[in-house]
Formats: sequence, C-alpha cells, structure tokens
Amino acid sequence: MPKITIDKDKCKGCLLCVSVCPQGAIVINEELNLRGIKPVKFKSEGKCVGCALCALICPDCCIEVYK
Amino acid sequence: MDKIYSHPQSLRDVSTHYCPGCGHGLAHRLIAEVVDELKIRERVIAVAPVGCAVIAYDYWDFDCSEAAHGRALAVATAIKRVRPQNIVFTYQGDGDLAAIGTNETIHAANRGENLTVFFINNAVYGMTGGQMAPTTLLNQKTSTTPSGRCAQSQGYPLKISEMLALLPGVKYIERVSLGSAPDIIKAKKAIKKALVNQMEGVGFSLVEMLSPCPTYWGLSPKESLDWIQNTMAKEFPLGVIK
Amino acid sequence: MPKILMSGNDAIAEGAIQAGCSFYAGYPITPQNELTAYMANNMEKRGGVFIQAEAEVAAINMVFGASAAGARAMTSSSSPGISLKQEGISYIAGAELPAVIVNVMRGGPGLGNIAPSQADYFQATRSGGHGDYHCIVLAPSSVQESYDLTYLAFNLADKYRAPAIILGDGMLGQMMEPLKLTTQGPKLKAKPWALTGCKGRKANVVKSFYLGEGDLEKLNLKLQKKYKEIAAKEQRWEELFLDDAKVVLVAYGSMSRIARAALKVLRGKGKRVGLIRPISLWPFPKKAFARPKNKYLVIEMSYGQMLEDVQLTLGGRAKVDFLGRSGGGVPSEEEIILKVNKIYNG
Repeated sequence: MPKITIDKDKCKGCLLCVSVCPQGAIVINEELNLRGIKPVKFKSEGKCVGCALCALICPDCCIEVYK
Repeated sequence: MDKIYSHPQSLRDVSTHYCPGCGHGLAHRLIAEVVDELKIRERVIAVAPVGCAVIAYDYWDFDCSEAAHGRALAVATAIKRVRPQNIVFTYQGDGDLAAIGTNETIHAANRGENLTVFFINNAVYGMTGGQMAPTTLLNQKTSTTPSGRCAQSQGYPLKISEMLALLPGVKYIERVSLGSAPDIIKAKKAIKKALVNQMEGVGFSLVEMLSPCPTYWGLSPKESLDWIQNTMAKEFPLGVIK
Repeated sequence: MPKILMSGNDAIAEGAIQAGCSFYAGYPITPQNELTAYMANNMEKRGGVFIQAEAEVAAINMVFGASAAGARAMTSSSSPGISLKQEGISYIAGAELPAVIVNVMRGGPGLGNIAPSQADYFQATRSGGHGDYHCIVLAPSSVQESYDLTYLAFNLADKYRAPAIILGDGMLGQMMEPLKLTTQGPKLKAKPWALTGCKGRKANVVKSFYLGEGDLEKLNLKLQKKYKEIAAKEQRWEELFLDDAKVVLVAYGSMSRIARAALKVLRGKGKRVGLIRPISLWPFPKKAFARPKNKYLVIEMSYGQMLEDVQLTLGGRAKVDFLGRSGGGVPSEEEIILKVNKIYNG
C-alpha cells in the first residue's frame, strides 16, 4: 500500500502538498513542530496512490514516497 | 515497498532559510536531482551570487563559489575557462542577472561560454525586502513601486531571455514555470537539457524559471502558484525561446 | 644571462607568466595597454587563458573565479579602472583568495589624465574597497624590478592567500630598459581549498559571507593575524648612505629614480644625503626608519600620501619635510636639490 513520510520539523506549512494531493491524504497537523508552526501530516494509508505529486511540489524536500 | 521519491544526494539534509512556499527550495532540489541523475556531482562547480540564494552552498553538496552581486557570469566564465572539464553553472535571481549584472550576462552569452545559467525570475528583490525588480510586472506593487509599477517612470518588465536569444553565442534558452506539478516536470527536463548541453560542449544554455515569492507578492503559497500560471506566464510566455 | 630590452608593462606581463600566471583578464585603459596586449599575445601560446573582459568590474570578478578554481590569476589596469575593481578586491580579500592586481597609475581624480602619478597610494595601502583588509603592495622602480616583483607578488599572494598589488605608474610602464629573465619557473603550491569538483573529498566553498553570530568577527580576527604576520615578515626597502646621512630622502617607484639622481649630485657636492626607497608600500617598511635621523624629505608624485606613513612611523621623532606634485607634475631633480639645500642646515 503506497505511503509517504513527512519530515515534520523541516515542513514550513506552505500547504502546497495539500493543494496537489488528488486523494486528500495530507492534512494540517494541529501539533506545532520545532519551528513553531503547524506542519502537514499523512492522513491515511488507504487513500494514497503513490503519485508523488506532493513530493514533487514540496519546496522543502520534506516528503519521501513509498510504493 | 520501494522508495519512489527520496532526497537527492546533492542536496544536504538541512532546512533552508527560505520562506514557506518559496520557489528557491524547489529549484535547488530539481537541480540537485538532475546533478545526481547525470552523475556529475563530483564535477560540478556552482556559482551563487548575492540574492536570496547567496547561501545555496549551504544546501548543495558540491563545490560552490560565492559571487558579488551581478558578477556570477564573470566568476563562472573564469572557472569554466580554467577548468573546462568541470560542469559550471550559475544560479541567479532577476535583479542579479537582469539589472546589476546585465553586462556580465550579455557578454558571457555573447562569448558563447560553454556553461549553464539557472535564472530565477520571481519579479521582485526578495533578499532586500521586496523592491521592484527588472522583471516586476506592470501595476505590480512592491516596496519601491507602492502604487504599482508604472511604465512611464519605471519602464517595462525586462524580457532578458528573449534579448539573449538574439545572440549567436547562445545555444539554448527555455522559460519554464514552477507554478504547477506538470510545469515542474517540464522545468526539470529543461534543467537537464541545459546541463547535458554543457557536457556535450554545445555552449551557452539558460533556463529561466518563473518562481513564486509568496512573501513579497503578498499571496499564499497556493495563490502564488496560481498567479504564476494566470498572470506572470502571460507576460513571460513559457517554452523554448531558442 | 642575456639581457632583453623591454618596457615596464611588458616586464610585468612576462614576470607574471614566469610565475605561472595561467589566467589574465583585462580591459583597455592607458597607460597599461601594452601589458594586456602582451598577455593576449602570450597567454594562450603558453597554456594560459586570456580574456578581454567587458568591463573592469567583470575582469576583477573573473580573477576571483579563476583564483577560486585554483589558478594563478592577474588583472591590470590604471587608476580609474582600479577604482572600479575595488569591490572585487574586497571580495577577494574576504574570500582569502590569492590574486595579483596591477595598477599602472595615472593622474586623477576623475578621468584625470594619462600622465604618471602616485596618487593612488592611499587607495592601495588602505582598504581600497569596503571592509577591514589589506593588500600586499609592491612598488617597482625599474623594468627589472617590475618583472621581479610581479614574480614575487604571485608567491606572496599564494603564501598568504591575499590579493597583492603591483603599484607602478605610467612612466615606469612605458619606459624600456634591459631585463634579465632571472626566475626559473613558477613555485606553485597545493591549494586544497580550491574549487575543482568534490571528487574524493568534502565539497569546498569559496565565500566571504558570514551571517552567523560572531562568524564575521572570527574571519576578521584571522585576517588581522595574517596581516600582522605579513607586516612582520614582508617589509622590503632599499637604502643608500644611511650611515652618514644628515637628510634622508624617502621616495618610491619612478619618483625614487629622480630622487636618486638628485642624491648623486648632492653627494658629489659633499652633502651627506641618504635615501630610503620603500619597495613594499604595505606593509610599510617601518624597520627602515629605525636609525636615529633628524631630517627626512618625502618626495612623491602626489600631495602627500606616503608622507603620512613616514610621519606615523617616526611618531614625531624627526622633522619631516615634503616635496610633491600631482596631476601630471613630477618633482624634478633641480627642485629636490633646491629643497634639500634649504633644509640641510636648517
């Protein structure tokens, strides 16, 4: 089952990944990261199709994709 | 389970100083990916002049030189002439390449130096706080065009890629966008072509990337990408210019 | 060893090539154009790179790049062009790159004229650009020395990873004298810091930008330590008749040749006159002024720039007179003799 991992402390919360995910599998993490901002988190393994659009658009290279 | 998207080796595993949604991080990563794919990390010498990306050497894991504002192509010309076996590229912003460094840009291109230029066009001076750049659009508000850029007193957005395309020394110029996922894929292809050109001795190659600056555009990261697609790309049309 | 007839400008160029200079970038400006032409004729033939740059600013930044890539690199110009290069020289100093910059001085300020001058002494010996730095400054007074000091400048620049300036003038650059090619090839040293591609090592970075708290101060302290070492070890001068001199002339470069001619006449008339000729202008040869002397006459093609270093060195211990002209005027032998006669018994 495809999945992604997110380096939450590198995430700056720009939410571009959220905007491109066709499955709505990335959401805002309400828990603050070390930067003091709300990063994103991977919602469910069931939805992800491993398209890697999130990793492609992430300006901070926080996302790795497994398929 | 296979990792299908991972951190490129040529990019250090550190956080950047760039603002959320800034295109520099994206451009850095695409270049690093191409450097890895072409297996040229140990041959690359990058030149990062003054601008938001002046400390790109903290992010790329290959040899890098600083350059004074506008002088990246003078520095790169010399490096490439002294070490023709290395792969030399500059990474310049719009202010650097098309304002203070216009002279160096035009003459390195005109000499047909066999090197690669990555030109980040975000229509604004980011490092210094959002002033008008040579590529600022008409009516675009910046800290030095508070009522919007006015052609009468501030001139027009400078299309330096089209100007450079007139020079016989220039072999390849393409304008790409970092404004959407499909455009990012095209941008990466252009980056690869520009570096392969150098490896094959083709000559001066330049990739202009329309890149988001949410902070000084006063837009969210998502709105910034939309602005590139709907507004900026109208003034700066995408595609192969030469 | 056979001698060849050469101009000062050509001798600097040949000295550079003998020192292993493999990169030269320059922009046309009188009175140093022969140097650029010599490089255009010789660099590629002898394995180096020659670029006629689009501007003085580009030329100095090309030198920055070539030096960062490990080459011995040089640019040359004359006063207004050297002013344009100052930002680049500051970057070279900040990035601790070796480089040689030749200034064949002409009259200023502004566009000035193309007559010989020594009015760029302050610019060369103080930080000519922004920041707290120094260039090693060597001032030849003959064609032979133009050649020898250029060779030395490359070695010193590499040794200390600092920019070195050859400070000549239009008179010296244009005149021809016999020259002995005294050097025997370059003395190159390894540059593990240079940008060569990171094969088998960590990535190298050449930079002068230090944003971290305290980092730039650390760099500056390192530079100051280096400058102290240079000041202690690299003072160079020539002296004549200091043993018995009652009046000591102080002059460098072309001016020292005229001072020397005046000295000869004066000694012929029994006047106990000596000469200190600074060869390194930075570091200023303070050691030359160690002997107790009462009277100095500083002679310059300026209105008193090296004069300040002499005064600082002597700290009020002696009377310092000055004779200078600028803007194309050169103090003559007769003017010097007249001035010495006036102060000799005063």
